[in-house]
Amino acid sequence: MSATAHPPNPNDHPIAPYLRMDRMPHIWCPTCGIGTVVKCFATALEEADVDLDKVVITSGIGCTGRVAGYMNLDAFHATHGRAIPFATGLKLARPELESVVFSGDGDLSGIGGNHFIHAARRNMDMLVILVNNFIYGMTGGQNAPTTPISAKSSTMPFGNFERPFNLPHLAASCGATFVSRWTCLHIRRLAKCMRVALRRKGFRFIEVIAPCSTLYSRLNRLGGGLELMRFYHDNAQIKHGIDTREVDIDFQDTIICGNFVDEEKPTFLDMMNSHYEGVLGDRYVPMAPEGGWLHD
Amino acid sequence: MKTDPAGVLTGVHYLDGDYACGEGAMAAGCRFVAGYPITPSTEVVERISRRFPMMGGTFIQMEDELASMAAVAGAAWTGTKTMTVTSGPGFSLMMENIGLAAMMETPCVVVNVQRGGPSTGLPTMVGQADMMQARWGSHGDYELIAMSPQSPQEAFDLTIDAFNLAETYRVPVMFMMDECVGHMTEKVVIPEADEIDVVPRVLSDKPPDEYQPYAVNGKGVPEMVRAGDGYRFHTTGLTHDDRGYPEMSVERQQINVTRITDKILLNVDDIIRIEEEETDGAEVVVVAYGITARVARMGIDLARKQGVKVGFMRLVVVWPFPEKRIRELAAAVKAFVVPEINLGQMVLEVERCAAGKAAAVHVPHAGGGVHDPAKICKAIVEAAR
Amino acid sequence: MRYWRKPLDFDQVTVPRGEVVIIADRCKGCAFCVEYCPKDVLVMSEDFNIKGYHPPEVVVDGECVNCNLCEMICPDFAIFCVPAGDPVAVEAVLNIAAEEDKFAEEEALN
Repeated sequence: MSATAHPPNPNDHPIAPYLRMDRMPHIWCPTCGIGTVVKCFATALEEADVDLDKVVITSGIGCTGRVAGYMNLDAFHATHGRAIPFATGLKLARPELESVVFSGDGDLSGIGGNHFIHAARRNMDMLVILVNNFIYGMTGGQNAPTTPISAKSSTMPFGNFERPFNLPHLAASCGATFVSRWTCLHIRRLAKCMRVALRRKGFRFIEVIAPCSTLYSRLNRLGGGLELMRFYHDNAQIKHGIDTREVDIDFQDTIICGNFVDEEKPTFLDMMNSHYEGVLGDRYVPMAPEGGWLHD
Repeated sequence: MKTDPAGVLTGVHYLDGDYACGEGAMAAGCRFVAGYPITPSTEVVERISRRFPMMGGTFIQMEDELASMAAVAGAAWTGTKTMTVTSGPGFSLMMENIGLAAMMETPCVVVNVQRGGPSTGLPTMVGQADMMQARWGSHGDYELIAMSPQSPQEAFDLTIDAFNLAETYRVPVMFMMDECVGHMTEKVVIPEADEIDVVPRVLSDKPPDEYQPYAVNGKGVPEMVRAGDGYRFHTTGLTHDDRGYPEMSVERQQINVTRITDKILLNVDDIIRIEEEETDGAEVVVVAYGITARVARMGIDLARKQGVKVGFMRLVVVWPFPEKRIRELAAAVKAFVVPEINLGQMVLEVERCAAGKAAAVHVPHAGGGVHDPAKICKAIVEAAR
Repeated sequence: MRYWRKPLDFDQVTVPRGEVVIIADRCKGCAFCVEYCPKDVLVMSEDFNIKGYHPPEVVVDGECVNCNLCEMICPDFAIFCVPAGDPVAVEAVLNIAAEEDKFAEEEALN
């Protein structure tokens, strides 16, 4: 018996409780990897057993920036590049929240680069999931800070000559305490990584390499999303704990994945509280975990 | 409700405008401030950074003004009263996220201690040339509220009012100080905590499955909830429907933009605050704000000695502009004289509202100092002829 | 299942069995599920869904092991597995059959 055609109810899909079903179907292109990353994140939320009421998700602008809009959490769609400071404000004004930033490579490392490095430096307690499709997708395929050398884009029609970021290295060198990279193909490892990250503290950074069929792979004649997934299958290597200096991505070359950094260091709030306690003693009144909300 | 006493430094103090503004914020119940240092506003956050740890507040110096405003826009969604502080160059940087706060309808206060501009301009010297920017600085159609104190005492009192207005209308309020008031030290009386009324964050009592972030309740101002209370709401800077979901249509744009502007425009009578002296029967009315209001009074005294019947209108709330009152006065007076430390900004509003019935004379000052009262007097006397 | 040698705990381990549920109208034809199903249970069908894509279909009955890989990898949330013998799934599959029949009837009438 074939199980195709009209199903009983899309709400039976296991991911349904984590999504805003009234906004389905989503806007992402066929063979785009963002949906897969969202599914892995939903799986991680389920398995991590966190209080979903206290998870707040902030996204910036771009294809990945639409993730917040589809998740059934307190969700914020902020301005381009400013998801990290927006999420910082949420976290600091109500410390019991688990602040997640889910945005793209252009948003977080381009226009948002400054906020990225400072949040990592401060070890601000937040989970940053960066979906890297090597291009600015939403606006039509422009060069991104992660576009590999020689890859074509709409603003580098003869191929990129600008050196791209090595994002795990950037995060680790700025002080992130949890740094990983996976591709969309590594669904189980990615979901596990996200689950582990949700239970950690500090600035946690997960880069997810995702196919962009409509722009990146089309402009570079790489086929579609399936071809890129096959490429990840053949060219991704898992090297846990490797020095992040060595995980650059060249055009259509090896992609090194794994958990690169996993350490425990005091977060911004830990340092703030312990410092003020040390200096001010009994005079210090920390903000309550429920936040600085003025009420009776 | 009454404010939290932990933030109220009751007593008679000798403070500068910046410090008084910081005290006002703490007295109003503000407990999250994100800022970036910029002369002449830095003292506000310096004061706050010193006292916040004692009252459960969190201050963070962010990496730039864009981050500061984004953090303030985000933190406000936890129910906390939030504020950021800057001057001209930082104000320009904050504009996109002020627009975000206007679109998401986030209550917050943005303090701009104005200095000479444009660009880096005169970092340590006064200007009032950001007044139009306060209203029009971010792209798109929106309305917000701007206030201008004339003394450190007002910097304290009006900051509390700014927070109250922000909460009432769910709008970012621009607190347009100027460097003179900011760096002027005067007596500031801070009352007992139980004498300070604050407007608390109005939270919806609807259950999560019925709550819609932008459904209006008759007043044009939707109710908020706190992130982390289980409402699982969504809000965006895109044009959105009542659920906060993006909706890109001509109809929705019309509804959305009209509503966020109407919530101010239809309530102007409750928001506008002006102080008038001897405007009845006046030949000339001087319109001024901030430090220039104090200088203008000296010019007015000189002009009155010369026999001119001069009235004075001080703008306490600068935006929304008191159009109705200007229109009324325009029918009765010969001219408005508008001294300001810029090359003509609020005078354009006066001129627009006077609609040719009375002249609008501007007494400009490029910035860096205050007017010479004699110049103001001269303008008044000439306008009276 | 074919083994090259019989595992020692063969009698104790039960290989899970699953039913695939495909929300065909959500599918955008990416073929990730077809490519990566470890049991090669799926192919892209010749049918069209409402958007004009070819959704997958199960061609090998009884081989699904409920590993949920298709569910995890589908970017459109269009496919998932339930344990075989699960009453919800049985219901779902029966409903699907009924819908298909109804659809076929309507088609025939037109």
